[in-house]
Amino acid sequence: MIRRHFTRSVLVAGALAMVSPLAANAKTFVYCSEGSPENFNPMLNTTGTTFDANRPIYQQLVGFKYGSTEVVPNLAEKWEISADGTVFTFHLRHNVKWQSNKQFKPTRGFDADDVIFSFERQWKDSNPYHKVSGGGYDYFADMDMPKLLKSIEKLDAYTVRFTLNQPNAPFLADMAMDFATIQSKEYADALMKAGKPEQLDQEPIGTGPFELVQYVKDATIRYRAFPGYWGPKPKVDALVFAITKDPAIRLAKLRANECQMAIEPNPADLPTIRADKNLHLMSQPGLNIGYLAMNVTKKPFDDVRVRQAVSMAIDKAAILKAVYQGAGQPAKNLIPPTMWSYNDKIKDYPYDPAAAKKLLAEAGLAGGFDTDLWAMPVTRPYNPDAKRVGELMQADLAKVGIRAKIVSYEWGDYRKRVRAGDHQMAQLGWTGDNGDPDNFFVPLASCSAQGGSPHWCNKEYDDLITKAAKITDQAARAKLYEQAQVVMHREAPFFFIAHSVVFLPMRANVTGYKMSPFGGHRFDFVDLK
Amino acid sequence: MSAASIAQPSRAALFWRSFAENRGAVAGLVVMGILIVLAVLADVLALHSPIEQFRTHFLSPPVWEEGGSWAFPLGTDDVGRDILSRLIHGARLSLVIGFSVVTLSLTVGTVLGLTAAFAGGVVDVAIMRIMDIILVFPSLLLAIVIVAIMGPGMFNAMLAVAIVTLPGYTRLSRASAMSELARDYVTATRAAGASTRRLMFDTVLPNCLAPLIVQASLGFSAAILDAAALGFLGLGAQAPTPEWGTMLAGALQYYQRAWWVLAFPGFAILFTVLAFNLFGDGLRDALDPKLKR
Amino acid sequence: MLRFLLRRFALIIPTFVGVTLLSFVLIHLVPGDPIEARMGEHSIAPERLAELRHQFGYDQPLWRQFLRYEGEVFRGDLGQSVVTRETVWHEFVTLFPATLELSVCAMTFAILIGVPMGVAAAVRRGTATDYSLMGTAVTGASMPIFWWGLMMILVFSVSLGWTPVSGRISDTFYVEPWSGFMLIDCHFSDDAGACRSAVSHLILPTIVLGTIPLATIARITRSSMLDVLHEDYIRTAQAKGLAAIRVVVVHALRNALIPVVTVLGLQVGALMGGAILTETIFSWPGVGHWLIDSIQRRDYPVLQGGTLLIAVLVIGVNLGVDVLYGVLNPRIRR
Repeated sequence: MIRRHFTRSVLVAGALAMVSPLAANAKTFVYCSEGSPENFNPMLNTTGTTFDANRPIYQQLVGFKYGSTEVVPNLAEKWEISADGTVFTFHLRHNVKWQSNKQFKPTRGFDADDVIFSFERQWKDSNPYHKVSGGGYDYFADMDMPKLLKSIEKLDAYTVRFTLNQPNAPFLADMAMDFATIQSKEYADALMKAGKPEQLDQEPIGTGPFELVQYVKDATIRYRAFPGYWGPKPKVDALVFAITKDPAIRLAKLRANECQMAIEPNPADLPTIRADKNLHLMSQPGLNIGYLAMNVTKKPFDDVRVRQAVSMAIDKAAILKAVYQGAGQPAKNLIPPTMWSYNDKIKDYPYDPAAAKKLLAEAGLAGGFDTDLWAMPVTRPYNPDAKRVGELMQADLAKVGIRAKIVSYEWGDYRKRVRAGDHQMAQLGWTGDNGDPDNFFVPLASCSAQGGSPHWCNKEYDDLITKAAKITDQAARAKLYEQAQVVMHREAPFFFIAHSVVFLPMRANVTGYKMSPFGGHRFDFVDLK
Repeated sequence: MSAASIAQPSRAALFWRSFAENRGAVAGLVVMGILIVLAVLADVLALHSPIEQFRTHFLSPPVWEEGGSWAFPLGTDDVGRDILSRLIHGARLSLVIGFSVVTLSLTVGTVLGLTAAFAGGVVDVAIMRIMDIILVFPSLLLAIVIVAIMGPGMFNAMLAVAIVTLPGYTRLSRASAMSELARDYVTATRAAGASTRRLMFDTVLPNCLAPLIVQASLGFSAAILDAAALGFLGLGAQAPTPEWGTMLAGALQYYQRAWWVLAFPGFAILFTVLAFNLFGDGLRDALDPKLKR
Repeated sequence: MLRFLLRRFALIIPTFVGVTLLSFVLIHLVPGDPIEARMGEHSIAPERLAELRHQFGYDQPLWRQFLRYEGEVFRGDLGQSVVTRETVWHEFVTLFPATLELSVCAMTFAILIGVPMGVAAAVRRGTATDYSLMGTAVTGASMPIFWWGLMMILVFSVSLGWTPVSGRISDTFYVEPWSGFMLIDCHFSDDAGACRSAVSHLILPTIVLGTIPLATIARITRSSMLDVLHEDYIRTAQAKGLAAIRVVVVHALRNALIPVVTVLGLQVGALMGGAILTETIFSWPGVGHWLIDSIQRRDYPVLQGGTLLIAVLVIGVNLGVDVLYGVLNPRIRR
């Protein structure tokens, strides 16, 4: 049992790891994170928490430029795309070293075999690792890879060719996403031989700027700079994730300088943070939307007047003030204003209970009606407290005669039921993956959308977004999306609540940090003054 | 029978004298009385509706703090509801929770315990084994799982608490019934041809009542505490219901900025539970002179 | 004595089977789906969902899942977490020392304070000392500990800054988890301050978790002490003129502690319940925290295995207490 115990703390390079990170002149950066990673393999997971914990260790063929959505070389130095857009040839970087740990010392650097292994593991049933750790490559499937990929071939030790079944412009950006991580085939083979393949996903070996020293579940993840890293040396010698679930406690730790950066502050604490001159508050509009969806397949929400009445009955400003507390901007469209094709000409429904009442009367509901109002049981980036939002909406709706009952289910169950259309009104939202408007319009409101919470299927809207997805000219696409937003506004299947603003408090002496538009965290350039 | 009715007033007087000696118990009784008054008259006494949101008064502090006002003596919560009014209405809920849970588990537990004692054999073993199994799980954990099954809500939380407190009543009633069964008067009644049901409820039960009453009065406070813990974990009564534990759960993120949102519901729980505990202790001492010092 | 032990052991087997059955049935009644729960807002194709459910065996009839589970349990296999993909046993073993360390500290605190409180109250029965001590005890027993913990953090950590807010040790210290007990492991750290940090992190959770057993212990000690003080041999000892304090300590306390031991054993279940709340409040990386998480994530294997392990622990402790009680008090051996 004791032996099993030790395997948890990965002793990188034996005695070296025993040197305290506080040893003379060593620079430690402590980041207060929000939860334990599920494991150390991004392929298997979908949560930002896990991706953040893996990003110091692993790398992908291409990457996003620090603090931007631009795709840049990473493990692949350069690439070619065939004229028809179906063949991607990647030229791999030479002299990239793999990290090591107590049980594994690499004999070779990164090469094409590792790339092939990492994709085949997710793609092919026949790969011996496909079922290891329970399998389930959700993002790979979600990005349609099994349908998209035709073949992956090794042309030589440093050249890999991906062939697709059809042209796909976002494919390159997909390769920069966390699920497209490259693992070491040599390490995987060694573990398979030793009969403990699942350790590949618990004791990671990567090519990234930091290597894992120790992981204590629900407490800390400890990394140190990887001396063999091919890229620019990280500015700090040791990186620590202090896992702290409660945002109030994260702030207390930050103020005590027990950590130098803390994720997701309570909106309630923002004024305190701004007032503290030892702290610096970064912020950035989130790539997200929080909304209340009205199920158009259920009475009385099949009537557009009722949907418009609801949109006018709810005091959006009060929700923004009480729940988002400045950490959000009122939303009037499905996509956030930072995204191209955002239609700013649309005028949001005003807060006007009298007009709402009139519309209800026109719809034959002068006496109001009973409905349910679903609230997520969890905090989401786009909605910090759905139950509180629900209570505010409930009070507003009561004023125009709509008697709403707040309902909640376990999170997995909640989404399943929304998809099945059990609800009348349900709060939900979305966070973008790749910055393309298509990533909002299709999954949330198209006729084909499984997760589309209003169960709204409008021919006019659907034609517009389908057409937009097929053409490549961005200006032309933008026009179509702008029209689609007009239709959506008129039909009002959603009451848009807010696009949240993502805040990141840190100590004033933190330098070199840039927030990612996708919301992830990267520490290879961070430094302490 | 006639002898008993003559003895009764003096017995009650004796009981009261012995109970009144315990000043803590009397204090508990007084607090309980106040709570009952608050609960009954909540609609009259509360300044505001417990769910009315004053949109211009988010998180306003108690009256003695700077910025407080007499309109909201104990301040308001994050959506502008008056905390004092919510606490007053919460008293009603807490009493309902305590009463329902105790009634349910006392009734079911007593029936099960008496059945086990009277039936003996396989029935006895089966009932007591099941109770043992329930006791093996930490009660809060079991209650959480039960609520997870039935869905969060005040009614389900009460049911969960009632289930996890069942073994206590069952064991107690079985044990007292067993010792009563061995007594001569039971044998005599049985010989006289009384039915089992009559024997159970008319003869044996009244004589086991004292320990059960004590257990029930202490169970009252345990029920309030457990239901509040479930509320705190977001599994009990759902907002905007002014249940004290639920109020605490909603207050968590404000604890560095608005202490009053967190402090008052906690004090309300503490004082209520304390009152019932003191009362229960006094009751036990008075009912069971053996334990009295 | 041997017959007594055998009897106790024999009773454990049906209880154990019942416990596995109850935990299995309850947990499978919980609505929700671990696969759905981890998908976030992303949709999952129905065929993929079916494939994953098949892989974890969730598509089998419940009774077959139970038989399979029972078989695995008796082979010592508790399954693998759906979320982390680690074995349940491994996760339990890594987290349990944190809970044990906290529980032992809380219990020690409760005994060290509770027993003297009870003794003092018994010796000075009926005085103001008695009333105030017992008043404190009943207040402790009435404390909603989740709120108590938060108030302690608010006062001692946030306002006064005396104690750290949460966790087991400051994150700047690197401690190799040799034993899993921070108070032991910290001695092997290169940093001199590690142990001080570990101790300061333990103070508030210990007090919070120890409050309820403290109250119970104080009350039991007092009443059992009063019982003993009335016994003839104590009166005899007093009559012989031994110093009163020695009488109390040596003679009375030793006998008065027998019921206290029993109560300690019965407190283990309550302590685990308290640990769930305490660990949640103080972000203490232990078993309680882990179980609450597993409920939220619908991680059935963890919830099931974790509940079972805790139940086994409670059974074990109860057995231990029974045996100890049998040794201390031969009369109950029947």
